[in-house]
Amino acid sequence: MTDLTRLTAAELAAALADGSVSSVDATRAHLDQIDAVDGDLHAFLHVAHDAALAAAARVDARRAAGEALGPLAGVPIAIKDVLTTLDMPTTAGSKILEGWVPPYDATVVARLRAADLVLLGKTNMDEFAMGSSTEHSAYGITRNPWDRDRIPGGSGGGSAAAVASFQAPLALGSDTGGSIRQPAAVTGSVGVKPTYGGVSRYGAIALASSLDQVGPVSRTVLDAAMLHDVIGGHDPLDSTSLTDAWPSMTGAALAGLADGALTGVRVGVIKELAGPGFQAGVTARFTETLALLTAAGAEITEVSAPNFEYAVAAYYLILPAEASSNLARFDSVRFGIRVDPDGGKMTSEHVMAATREAGFGPEVKRRIILGTYALSTGYYDAYYGSAQKVRTLIQRDFDAAFAQVDVLVSPTAPTTAFTFGDKLDDPMAMYLGDVTTIPANLAGIPGMSIPIGLAPEDGLPVGLQIMAPAHQDARLYTVGAAIEKLLEAGWGHSMLDQAPALARAPRTATTVQGAR
Amino acid sequence: MSEITAEQVAHLAHLARIDLSPEEITNLAADLGQIVESVAKVSQVATADIPATSHPMPLTNVFRDDVVVPSLTVEQALSGAPARAGDKFRVPAILDEE
Repeated sequence: MTDLTRLTAAELAAALADGSVSSVDATRAHLDQIDAVDGDLHAFLHVAHDAALAAAARVDARRAAGEALGPLAGVPIAIKDVLTTLDMPTTAGSKILEGWVPPYDATVVARLRAADLVLLGKTNMDEFAMGSSTEHSAYGITRNPWDRDRIPGGSGGGSAAAVASFQAPLALGSDTGGSIRQPAAVTGSVGVKPTYGGVSRYGAIALASSLDQVGPVSRTVLDAAMLHDVIGGHDPLDSTSLTDAWPSMTGAALAGLADGALTGVRVGVIKELAGPGFQAGVTARFTETLALLTAAGAEITEVSAPNFEYAVAAYYLILPAEASSNLARFDSVRFGIRVDPDGGKMTSEHVMAATREAGFGPEVKRRIILGTYALSTGYYDAYYGSAQKVRTLIQRDFDAAFAQVDVLVSPTAPTTAFTFGDKLDDPMAMYLGDVTTIPANLAGIPGMSIPIGLAPEDGLPVGLQIMAPAHQDARLYTVGAAIEKLLEAGWGHSMLDQAPALARAPRTATTVQGAR
Repeated sequence: MSEITAEQVAHLAHLARIDLSPEEITNLAADLGQIVESVAKVSQVATADIPATSHPMPLTNVFRDDVVVPSLTVEQALSGAPARAGDKFRVPAILDEE
C-alpha cells in the first residue's frame, strides 16, 4: 500500500476525490508519522488527534453522500501557532500565552475549515515570530529533518520541519522578514510570502503590522498554489486586505508545468545579494540554476539594488518599533498569564511589568526595548524616521529593477542550516542572515523559496528566492513550478526524496511542553 | 557612537512595562549598543528630500458598511482572562496611592 504521507497535496487531493483514499486514512497516516518522529523533531506544539480524525470522518461522509467538495477537501494541514484557532491552544511560542484558547479563528483558519481541510495541530515557532532559527520558542527547539543538530530556520521552523518530514503535506506560515521563505530554504521545502494584503492577517498575532503576511508552506509549488487559492482574497476584517480580483494560483502553477514556460522570461539577478558572505555551496547551486534557466530560454540580466545594503538596518528599526507597540496588548488583563510582583504595590502597572518579565523571553525583551528606544523622543527622527525613508529607497530599487525584468532571483538565505547555538549569543549575526528576504517585506512584494539542490560541503538544502512585483503572485507560481520541474527532471526525483531517514522517536506528553 | 547605558535601559524597561533584572539590564545595554551602532547606518542615505514610507501598500479610507454583525459573547471575551468578576475583567488597583 502507498505511504499516504509521501503523496503531494495535489496527489492526495486527487486520490480523495476519486474515492481511492479516505480522509480518515490520510489523516491517520499523518498522525502516525507525527507520533513516530515528532518526539525527536518537535515540529508540533499541539496535535489535535481526535478532532482531526473526526473532521476527516465528516468530510468522508459528505463525499460519500455525493456532496461537491473543494479541491483540497480532506487534505491534512498544520498551522503555525501564531494563528488563532478556536479549538486549539494558541501561544505564538510564548510563555505569556501558555494555554490560551482563543475565542475566534483567524480568517485563514476559518477558510481552511470552510474548504474542508483537516487541521492536524499547531507548529512551533520563535516567540512572537522573532527569530530565524526557532531557538527562541519558549517551548523548546525544533530540529531540522535533514540534520537533527541543525536549526529548521525561523520563525516558522515548525511548519517547515512538519512538511519536510512528511508529518503534513501542507502548513501555514507567516513571513515578516523571511519566516516562511528561510525555513523553506534550509529544510528543502517550498514557502511563499504573498503580496502584502493578499492574504488576511485577521487572527494572526501581530509582530510588525506593516510587514507581516500569512502564506503557504508545502513540498511542491503546485501544492502551495492550491493552498494560496484557499486562503487568499479580500477580508473585510483586515483593513489592509487588498480588493484585487486574484487569478487562480493553481492555474498559474499548472501553466509553469507546461513546456516552454520559461521561454523569454526576463530574470534579474540582484548584484547585491551575492558574493562574499554567501556560502560557496549556496553560490554554486544558485549559479547552476541560472545556467539551467538560460538553457530553458529565460533571459538573465544582472540588476543593481544599491539601497539593499541598508535594508537589514531599516528592518531592525521598523520591526522593533512596531512590535513594541503591538506587544503592549499583553497586559495581564484580557488574555494570557498574570504574575504578581514580589512585594511592592499590587497596582496594574506593577502586575503588568512582573507578568511581562516572567512571560517574555530574551529576544522579545530585546526587541521591545530596542523598539521603545527607536521611538523615544530625541531618537525618533534619526532612527525610525530614517528607516522609513530607507523603505522608500528600497521600493524605488525594486521599481527600477522590475522595469527591466519580470522576476528577480537570489539565494533565499546566505547559508545552509546552521547548528544550534551558533548565533544565539550574537543577535546581530542572526539578524544579518535575513539580508536576502527582508527587502521583499519592506516593499510589500511577493516572494517564494524553492529548493535547488544540496550544498556540496555539507549536504544540506539550498533555496532559490523568486520575487515578483506587487500583485503579481501568479508569476511566482508559474516561474517557480517551471524551475522545480526542470530541476526534478535533472535529479530524477524530488528534493525531499533524498532526505535522510528520520529517527523514530515516539511523541509523548512530556515532549510536548519541553521548556527551554 | 551609540553607547547605551544601564540607566537608559532601565528607563526604557519602565516605559515598556517590563521588570528587568540587573543582569538582564547589563546584557541588554551591551546588546543594544551593538545593534544600534549597526542600524544607525540608515541615516547615511535618509536625506531630507526622500519621503517616508510607513506602509507598503497604501490604502486610504477603508470602511465597512455600518451593519451590525455578530461579535464575541461576554463569556467568549472573558474566556482567556486571568481574573474576572462577574461579567467584567478583574484588574489590580489602577492608581498607586503614593
